[in-house]
Amino acid sequence: MAIDFVARGADLELVGIRKEFPGFTAIENLDLHIPAGEFFALLGPSGCGKTTTLRLVAGLEQPTKGKILIGGKDVTDTKAYQRPVNTVFQSYALFPHMTVLENVAFGLRQRKIDDPLAKAQAALDLVELGHLATRRPAQLSGGQQQRVALARALVNRPSLLLLDEPLGALDLKLRRQMQIELKAIQIEVGLTFLHVTHDQEEAMDMADTVAVMNLGRIEQMGSPEALYDRPKTVFVSKFLGQSNLFVGNVSSDNSNSVSIDIAGNKITVPKNRAEKHSGTIAVGVRPEKAFFHEEQPKLGADHNLIGPGEIIDIRFTGVSNQYLIEIPNIGKITVFAQNIGKSPVTELGAKVWVSWKVEHSFGLSDVPISTATESIAVQ
Amino acid sequence: MKKLAFGKYLLPIYAVLAFIYLLIPIVYTFIFSFNDYRRSNISWRGFTFDNWLSVCEAQGVCAAFGTSVSIGLISTFIATVLGTMIAIALVRYRFRFRSAISLLLFLPMATPELVLGAGLAAQFFNVGAEMGFGTIVIAHVMFCLSFVVVTVKARVASLDPALEEAGRDLYGSPSQVFWKITFPLLLPGIMAAALLSFALSFDDFIITYFNSGPTETFPKFVYTAAAKGLPGEANVIGMSVFFLAIAIVLFIQVRSSRKAKRLALVK
Amino acid sequence: MAIAAFGHAGSSKGTKNRASKGSAKVALLLLAPGLLYLAIFFIAPLLSLVATSLQTMDVSTGFPIYSYGFEVSNYVSVVTQYGPQIFRSFFYALVATLAALVISYPLAYFIGVKARRWPLLQGLMLTLVIAPFFISFLLRTFAWKQIFSSESWIVTTLQSIGILNPDQYLVGTPFMVIFGLTYNFIPFMTLPLYTTLERLDIRYLEAGADLYANPRRTFTKITLPLSMPGIVSGTLLTFIPIAGDYVNASGLFLGSTETSMLGNVVESKFLKSYEFPTAAALSVILMGAILLLVTLYVRKSGTDDLL
Repeated sequence: MAIDFVARGADLELVGIRKEFPGFTAIENLDLHIPAGEFFALLGPSGCGKTTTLRLVAGLEQPTKGKILIGGKDVTDTKAYQRPVNTVFQSYALFPHMTVLENVAFGLRQRKIDDPLAKAQAALDLVELGHLATRRPAQLSGGQQQRVALARALVNRPSLLLLDEPLGALDLKLRRQMQIELKAIQIEVGLTFLHVTHDQEEAMDMADTVAVMNLGRIEQMGSPEALYDRPKTVFVSKFLGQSNLFVGNVSSDNSNSVSIDIAGNKITVPKNRAEKHSGTIAVGVRPEKAFFHEEQPKLGADHNLIGPGEIIDIRFTGVSNQYLIEIPNIGKITVFAQNIGKSPVTELGAKVWVSWKVEHSFGLSDVPISTATESIAVQ
Repeated sequence: MKKLAFGKYLLPIYAVLAFIYLLIPIVYTFIFSFNDYRRSNISWRGFTFDNWLSVCEAQGVCAAFGTSVSIGLISTFIATVLGTMIAIALVRYRFRFRSAISLLLFLPMATPELVLGAGLAAQFFNVGAEMGFGTIVIAHVMFCLSFVVVTVKARVASLDPALEEAGRDLYGSPSQVFWKITFPLLLPGIMAAALLSFALSFDDFIITYFNSGPTETFPKFVYTAAAKGLPGEANVIGMSVFFLAIAIVLFIQVRSSRKAKRLALVK
Repeated sequence: MAIAAFGHAGSSKGTKNRASKGSAKVALLLLAPGLLYLAIFFIAPLLSLVATSLQTMDVSTGFPIYSYGFEVSNYVSVVTQYGPQIFRSFFYALVATLAALVISYPLAYFIGVKARRWPLLQGLMLTLVIAPFFISFLLRTFAWKQIFSSESWIVTTLQSIGILNPDQYLVGTPFMVIFGLTYNFIPFMTLPLYTTLERLDIRYLEAGADLYANPRRTFTKITLPLSMPGIVSGTLLTFIPIAGDYVNASGLFLGSTETSMLGNVVESKFLKSYEFPTAAALSVILMGAILLLVTLYVRKSGTDDLL
C-alpha cells in the first residue's frame, strides 16, 4: 500500500537567501543543503526565521535575494502552486467546507491526476483514517486532523515535504505518538522532510540532521548526537539541553588541550573539542556528565575538579535528582544524578566538590553576554 | 497567494472607483445645496449660500425635519428599552418557545417594508385609528425593535456571566447587580442599537408613507417635493445630517482604535 | 447595521447561557412587553392584511365599499391584471441583487482581506461603504435623477455619440430603475460579504496554492465556497427590500409607468384609489414569495442561525 507514495525525494538547496519584511530582516544570509531522502529539522526559538525559511521553500513568500533549488532546478521564481512541494501546516488548514476525502484529493484534482478519490482513500488508509473519509475536518480530533493534513500532503508524492510545527497543537502524549508515526512514515516513503520546530526534543528525536537557527542565521548544523555532545556556540549549548558554562582566559596550552583559569581552579578542554584556543573562552559541561564528591577526591589530569561549594537546591524529578551547587567565586553549577538506589547526598548545605572528565568539556566560539559563570537551563 | 504584477493594482484601483461611485450622489447633493435653484433643483443655475443661511425659508422643510427628529427620538427610546429587555432575556434565561420567539423577532427584518407598511395601515384602517404622528411612532418602534434586539444581544452574549455572579457573590442585590454591573457593561451595545434605531427611523419613508396621514416627515417632504422640484434647502438638511452622522462614526472609530492602541501598550 | 440580522452564528455562540433558577418570571417580565408589541403591531397587521385581501368590494354606490368575505378571486384578478408589475418586481430585484453582488464582492474582498494589515484604513473604507446610509435614501435617489436627467451632460453626450437617440432619455427606463436599486442597496451586500471575508483564514488559500491550485482555482474552490454565508445574507438583505421598493421605480424618481413595480401598484391602490383588497392581495403575494424564498434559500445553504 505504502509503496504508492514512495517518491524519489529531491534535495533542497538554498543559496544566499535573504528575506526582508517591512521594518525587519527575517533571514540575513542563509545557505543550506538538504540531501534527498533526509529528515531535516530546522530548530529555533520563535522569531528566528525558521518558519520564514519554510514559507520561502513552499513559495508562499519570495526571497529578497538568493536562490532556491529543488532537485537541482531553480524554483525561485515559480509560484507556490507550481512547486513540487507540499506542506503540513501548523494549523493544518484543512478546508472546512470539504470532506476529509475531498481534502486529501484536492491536490490530485488540481493536477488532473487519474483516480483522485481512490488515491486519496489509499493515503487516508496509510495514516489509518480510511474509515473517517466522509467526515468533515471539524468532526475530527486534533491528532486525526494532523494525520489528514499529512495524508493530504503525502498523496501528491512531493519531492519535498514541509512540516511547519505540525505537532505543536497536540498534547504531550499524542505528540510523542505522532512523532513515532511521522518518523515511521518518512522511513517508509523515503521523502525528503523539512521539519520546522521549536521543540528541541522533537527535533533530536526525529531528525537525521538538525540545524539550529537563531536571529535569521544557522548557528550550527549536524546530527542530534553531535549537536548535543559538542555545541559550538553559547546559544546552541543553551537551546539544546542544559549546560554549565565557565568563562576564563586560556592559562596553559599544550599539544592536545587548553586550560582556562577561573578563581584558582583549572578547567581543561581537549583542543579538538574547542572552537578557540586563546584569549577569553567559554568552556562547558553537561549537568549529567558532572559528579560531586563529599570529600575532595584525588583525580588525575584527565578530570576537571572544582570546589568546594555548597548544595543550595535539590530537585527531585523522578529519573534524576538535580543539584544546584554554589562554588564561591565561580557561581552556580547544576549536576544531575541518576536515581539508581541511593543518592550520594540528600541534604542542603552539604560541602561538595564537582568533577567531570576532561573529554566531556566543550569549548565554545563565543562567550555568554553576562560573563559570570552560570548554570544555564533553557527548556 | 501571489498575484500577477498588474493584478496587484487591479483591486485597489477597483476599490477607489467603487468608492467614487458610492459617493457620487452625496457629492452631487452637496454641490446642489449651493445651487441658486429658484423653481427646480435639477440643473445648475448659480452659486449661492442662501440655502444654507436660511434653511427654513423653504416651506415646510424645517417643520418636517423637526417632526422626523421627534419621531426618531421617541421611537428609538421605546424600541431600545423593549429590545434591550428582550435581548437580556434571550441570552440570560432559558425558557420554552425559544425558537418561536427567535422567529417572531426575525420575521420583521425579513418582511419587505412595503408589507409592514401596508399591513399596519390596513390594521389602523380596520380599527378606525386616525393616522398621524402616533401611528408613525408605533410603526417605527415595530420595525426598529428587532434590530435593537440583534445588536444588544451580541453585546450581552459577549458579556462574561461570571461578572454578574461576582456581583451577587459580593452581596449585590439583583437590582444593584443590574444597574451597577450589567447595565454599564451593556451600554456600548445599547448606544449602538439606539443610533441604528434612530437612523432607521429618521430615514424611513416606505412604512411612514402608509401610516402618516397628514403628518409630514422629512423623507415624505422630499418625496412629495420631488414632483414639483426639490428645494435646495432639503439638500442642506440632508447634508447636515450626513456630516453629523459621519462625525459620530469617525469619532467612535478613532476612540476605539485609540483604546485598542492603549491595550496593545499594556500588553 | 442590518447585517447582523442575517449574520451567521458567531458572536453569540461561544458564550454559554447560564440560567438562573426560578427566573422564569423575570424572563417573562422582560420578554412580554416587546413580544406583545410585535404581536399587536406586526402579527395582527399581517393577519389583517390577509383578511383585507379577501374582502369583497362593492362599487355600485360609486365609491368602493368593502365587507369581509372570502374572495379568493381577488388574487386571480390581481395576478392577471398586474402580472407585468409582479414580474418586474422580482426580475428587477434579481438583476439588481446580482449586480450588487458582482460590484460588492471585489470591494469587500479588498477591504476584508487585502487591507487587513491596516485596520484604520479598513475602518475608513467601511465608513465610506455605509456613507450612503447617512444621507436620506430619497435624496440620493433624487441625486441620480439629477445626474441622469435629460438636461445633464451625460445624456446629451450619449445622445451626441449615438448611444441614445435624440428623443431617448435614461430616466424612466428599466436600466435606470435597476441602476438606482443596485446603488441604493449595495451597502446591504458589501457589509455581510465583508464580515465573512474579514474572517476568511488566509492559510486556507495558502494551503490551496500549496496543493497546486492556481489563483483562479483557489478562488473558485476555496475562497468562494468559504464566503457563502456572506453571499447568502447579502443577497437576502438586498433582494427583499428591492422587491418591495417603490421609490426608485416611481415616476417621481428614476422610473415611469413603464417600469412600475408591485410596490408602485400597492402604493397607488392603497393611498390613492383606496382599493384596499387589491393592495393587500399584492402585498400578501410579495410576502409569501419572500418567505418561500428565504425558507428555500436558508435550507439549501444551511445558514439556519438567522438571529
